[in-house]
Amino acid sequence: MAAVKETIDTVQKLETYEHGFVSDIEMEFAPKGLNADIVRFISAKKNEPEWMLQWRLEAFERWQSMDEPDWAKLNYKRVDYQDLYYYAAPKQKVAPKSLDEIDPELLRVYEKLGIPLKEQMVLAGVEGAPRYAVDAVFDSVSVVTTFKDELSKSGVIFCSISEALREHPELVRKYLGTVVPQSDNYFAALNSAVFSDGSFVYIPPGVRCPMELSTYFRINASETGQFERTLIIADKGSYVSYLEGCTAPMRDENQLHAAVVELVILEDASIKYSTVQNWYPGDAEGRGGIYNFVTKRADCREPRAKVSWTQVETGSAITWKYPSCILRGDDSVGEFYSIAVTNGMQQADTGTKMIHLGKNTRSRIISKGISAGKSSNTYRGLVSAHARAAGARNFTQCDSLLIGKTCAAHTVPYVEADTAKAQFEHEATTTRLSEDQLFYAMQRGLSQEEAVALLVNGFVRDVLQELPMEFAVEAQKLVAISLEGSVG
Amino acid sequence: MLNIQNLTVSVDDKTILKGLTLDVPAGEVHAIMGPNGAGKSTLGYTLAGRSNYEVTAGSAALNGEDLLEKDVHERAAAGLYLSFQYPLEIPGVPALTFIRTALNAQRKLRGEDEMSAPEFLKTTREVAKSLKIDMDMLKRPLNVGFSGGEKKRMEVLQMALLKPKFLILDETDSGLDIDALKVVSEGVNALRAPDRGMLVITHYQRLLDHITPDRIHILVDGRIAHSGGPELAHELEARGYDEYLGEAA
Repeated sequence: MAAVKETIDTVQKLETYEHGFVSDIEMEFAPKGLNADIVRFISAKKNEPEWMLQWRLEAFERWQSMDEPDWAKLNYKRVDYQDLYYYAAPKQKVAPKSLDEIDPELLRVYEKLGIPLKEQMVLAGVEGAPRYAVDAVFDSVSVVTTFKDELSKSGVIFCSISEALREHPELVRKYLGTVVPQSDNYFAALNSAVFSDGSFVYIPPGVRCPMELSTYFRINASETGQFERTLIIADKGSYVSYLEGCTAPMRDENQLHAAVVELVILEDASIKYSTVQNWYPGDAEGRGGIYNFVTKRADCREPRAKVSWTQVETGSAITWKYPSCILRGDDSVGEFYSIAVTNGMQQADTGTKMIHLGKNTRSRIISKGISAGKSSNTYRGLVSAHARAAGARNFTQCDSLLIGKTCAAHTVPYVEADTAKAQFEHEATTTRLSEDQLFYAMQRGLSQEEAVALLVNGFVRDVLQELPMEFAVEAQKLVAISLEGSVG
Repeated sequence: MLNIQNLTVSVDDKTILKGLTLDVPAGEVHAIMGPNGAGKSTLGYTLAGRSNYEVTAGSAALNGEDLLEKDVHERAAAGLYLSFQYPLEIPGVPALTFIRTALNAQRKLRGEDEMSAPEFLKTTREVAKSLKIDMDMLKRPLNVGFSGGEKKRMEVLQMALLKPKFLILDETDSGLDIDALKVVSEGVNALRAPDRGMLVITHYQRLLDHITPDRIHILVDGRIAHSGGPELAHELEARGYDEYLGEAA
């Protein structure tokens, strides 16, 4: 109840995109454009081992022979890959050893975003309040990771991927690219060649990670692509809940974000991965905004592994994103809960893939798409069962809500079963936000904006319940803000 | 209390109300009866501020405050409550959440403090009990899968909690069996108060056996054709609307 109330207050208070500020921080750029030398430059900047450079160059070579995919229901001006910066980092002479050494302007940015980076501030908070370890990625570089010492006591490794390459090269080498290979797709290949940073997590066998881990991504620099790479390994019998948040300034140009997330889940382990994506969506005429081309995949590599993706997608001009589950281990479980909101001129083509390879694997898809304005919102999902996946089961529910008369919703489910012993269910609904419901709520005292927020929150409730508590409140507010001005 | 002068209303360019004049003083319950298509529901919707109901002439005021210039939610905050003939289902929003959000939105608009969660729950529990509504039902999404009778009881629960100054009951008896009708009527009667007015819109006299009005107005072809005391309901039941239809034509 408090959340609904807070949503309503927020809607009344906020501008359409509150994270649209630009910060003036001294940056270091690589020259514009992409070639093998830029790949070498990035690798050298990060003091990477030789094998990593070779891996990147291989990816770059593969990328050059690939074509940008065009099968998604998306219409956008193609990116000129030679007109982008591939490396931008806050200028700092030496790597910071503590928060005191970080550019105060940078800390102010995160403060503005409401992200606590100072552990002592977090610790000074209300007793019993949940704590989050945070990795903050600013443009291409991870600037700070909090609570590292406390986490390391339980053997959990949480750091930037650059640091992981230096401190734990054997782990990175063993798992990097094993879920999303270098040449998996056009954007993954590009990411593999030029990724600049991202988060790395390793949970040792039998360990339940003592706190939520989270990464905040911020694109700040102009004409810069952001390519982060996240690698999470949950060793046998372990558990971790990981949250990811994204924002960017308002700019007239389109900015490219091509990330790769790989999750490796071993026997009896479980990863809960939540995303609240709020990249700048562009203005009402469709100028500017982030192109979000992201490859996220989880590999349930061993028996009884479990992964749960929850995503709240409200930002980006273009979204191309299908967090997927490879259910390789017998009895492994994949879940996908999604809220995708499009307004204005936004276009989203998003969904999931559930690949059932092992016996008795189970998956569940709950997708809630909300379209408003002149936007287009497509759910695209694949559920497949391999010949040996006897007893595989899937349940899919896709609901679309239309607000107004100029938006579109599409549902494109693909189902493939190579065994007769699989059981797949699919339910789909499309409804329009009803005038009658709005009038009813308004007659009881809610303004139009408040009524829309309440009804939409009702529509997405099943998915919000899957998010960690604090994120759910934030997500609920975000959904309402994204739809501001969509009626009447 | 409620003063309506010469109210003229069109829907999709068709004139439905044709200069309706009506006064309901504080503390009184008035009934509007009339044949189908006379404009009974239009009157309720217009007063509540539904968007496609266009007022082309006349005025409507509650306690001297012009209703017609206010938005829907401002009219609600000013104390106007419309009980729907067909209450809407609100998927995913628990009844408790819906009502508390509405209550606090109204209070905020009036510049009052919000009601705390414990106070709200305590009050709700009492009212729900009197209406024979189980608290578990209030944790379910509002009206979703509720029976006709349950939906009407939820309407009465909401009016008891929102404490409006003026109530419009639109065909509240439709879809109710006799037991439900009794519970609902008792709930409404409990809300009769010297500073509160009510307008009961109904096609049949049945509801008026339970909620006795001070005055009855017969609405025919967009105007009040005749007004009288509570005995009028029984005359209508016996003779029908025919004689008034002639009068209006």
